[in-house]
Amino acid sequence: MDTLEDNCASLRAQIASTEAQLAGLKRDLANAEKAAAAAKSENIGPAGNRKEARIAYKQQWPLEQEEYKRYGRQMIVSQIGLPGQLRLRSAKVLLVGAGGLGCPAAQYLAGAGVGTIGMVDGDTVEVSNLHRQVLHRSQNVGKYKVDSAIESLKDLNPHPTYIAHRTHLTPAEAPAIFEGYDIILDCTDNPASRYLISDTAVLLGKPLVSASALRTDGQLVVLNNPPRPPGDKHGGPCYRCVFPKPPPADSVVSCADGGIIGPVVGTMGVLQALETIKLITTPCDNISQPKDSPAMHLFSAYADPLFRKIRLRSRRANCAVCSSEATVTLDTIKSGSTDYVFFCGSASLPSLLSPSERVSPRDYLASQSENDDSKGESSDPSSKSPVLIDVRDEAQFGICNLENSINVPISTILASSTSSEGLPSWLPPDISPGSSNPIYVVCRLGNDSQVAVRKLKDLGLGQNDRFIADIKGGFRAWREQIDPEWPEY
Amino acid sequence: MSDSIPITVEFTGGLEILFANERQHKISLPARSGDGNPSNIAYLLQYLVDNLMKDQRKDMFIMEDNVRPGILVLINDADWELEGEENYELQPGDNIVFVSTLHGG
Repeated sequence: MDTLEDNCASLRAQIASTEAQLAGLKRDLANAEKAAAAAKSENIGPAGNRKEARIAYKQQWPLEQEEYKRYGRQMIVSQIGLPGQLRLRSAKVLLVGAGGLGCPAAQYLAGAGVGTIGMVDGDTVEVSNLHRQVLHRSQNVGKYKVDSAIESLKDLNPHPTYIAHRTHLTPAEAPAIFEGYDIILDCTDNPASRYLISDTAVLLGKPLVSASALRTDGQLVVLNNPPRPPGDKHGGPCYRCVFPKPPPADSVVSCADGGIIGPVVGTMGVLQALETIKLITTPCDNISQPKDSPAMHLFSAYADPLFRKIRLRSRRANCAVCSSEATVTLDTIKSGSTDYVFFCGSASLPSLLSPSERVSPRDYLASQSENDDSKGESSDPSSKSPVLIDVRDEAQFGICNLENSINVPISTILASSTSSEGLPSWLPPDISPGSSNPIYVVCRLGNDSQVAVRKLKDLGLGQNDRFIADIKGGFRAWREQIDPEWPEY
Repeated sequence: MSDSIPITVEFTGGLEILFANERQHKISLPARSGDGNPSNIAYLLQYLVDNLMKDQRKDMFIMEDNVRPGILVLINDADWELEGEENYELQPGDNIVFVSTLHGG
């Protein structure tokens, strides 16, 4: 028994000793591997002190483990690399506008690991935004766009710092907001904001990545790049150099009125993110060198080729902001003496019709049923049957229209001359200067219809006491007063 | 010198609406304007308004005898300000583009 027990004890001791030896070997191996890796990254020989190498290794990794995985696919692209990633992380980017341009731009910048992302927008999310403003979710309708966007961005990448500016950019606040950022993205939708953003960016020395889109087309331009002080000819042109005078307010069309295809504005927003990443990751000494001549990129979804590059002028010698003759300063912006609303004007409302030339949807419907009732009794019913002209464009008419209405787009009406000699070909055949049947005109909101009524009267169609009127408030009012199921688009 | 200069004129950014909804127009421009000088961009503008533009809203294209603000004029893909603006003399095969700036976003 004793010998058996001694044998067991001896075997246990041998196992324990071997296990201890094995553990020691494993520890040595692990240390050796760490030292080797550290030595490699530090470029010190294998003879280097292990303990020091381990400390150096710990200091060597500037990103968190998760960040290497997250950004690895872009870091292994030579144009980015680790230096580019570190520049992205220390960059502060401001997006003005959290809509069709701002959403995709912010999404890619957050994904890429831009360290600080600010967004300015005073609007709230609407259902009609969702087809293109890709950060917003249906459940966030009614919420501030910047809050909705940042909620999505945090989901995507928790690392960056996100700053919400829940306001429409005002001249009084713009300089203070822009101060805290390195690069500005113009993702807005109106000329007054575009001039304010450009002026402020130039005066604070920030490059500006600007884009816009409407219907099937988009435009992209990097302005004030390189950003040089006003008067320095080597700086890139600003928005005012390219467009010294704003367009007439009547010629400015919004996405709500003109329409927009989601991927068109998305393409432009994604390109803004790309240009921003290029600006951030291109080493400074390259940026300070003379650049290629400034350019604008035009995108046109239904053209071939899709993209077109145009060469732009350099800084304008008498530019109001970036030249030595500048008259706009941070003070004139903040004080309001540079008046952007006045500068850009506001669209004039169409010449209003008198109350007798307008009928409400309710009264129009009542007159129609009267007309139907009297039809049986009248000897000549056709002479008085009214004509309803719908002046929306063909696409909108195709979405919804009233039975018996005739589609004559307002652009067709406005394109024709006002001379009453030789009536335009778009006039429905049952309207002639000699007839007297009433004419009603309807549109989406009740503006174009008034313009059309005026035009019909100018053509001399109001003779013979013919009644010509527009339907007040258009189809929006029609939906409110008559048919709640009328599509609201 | 031939009597006419073949050029291509394009309208984008919504301006095509003023020109029968056609983006691209190939035209033969008289080689000399009424006063006998070689045809330049200023003459082309007048020619387009008189001959190509059916729409009556002339002020959507021309204001105060010049292109209205908010329209870029490109001569062979360069801003016309790089080429001498309205004094640039047209050459056969030139491509002139009128781009209305967009504001949506």
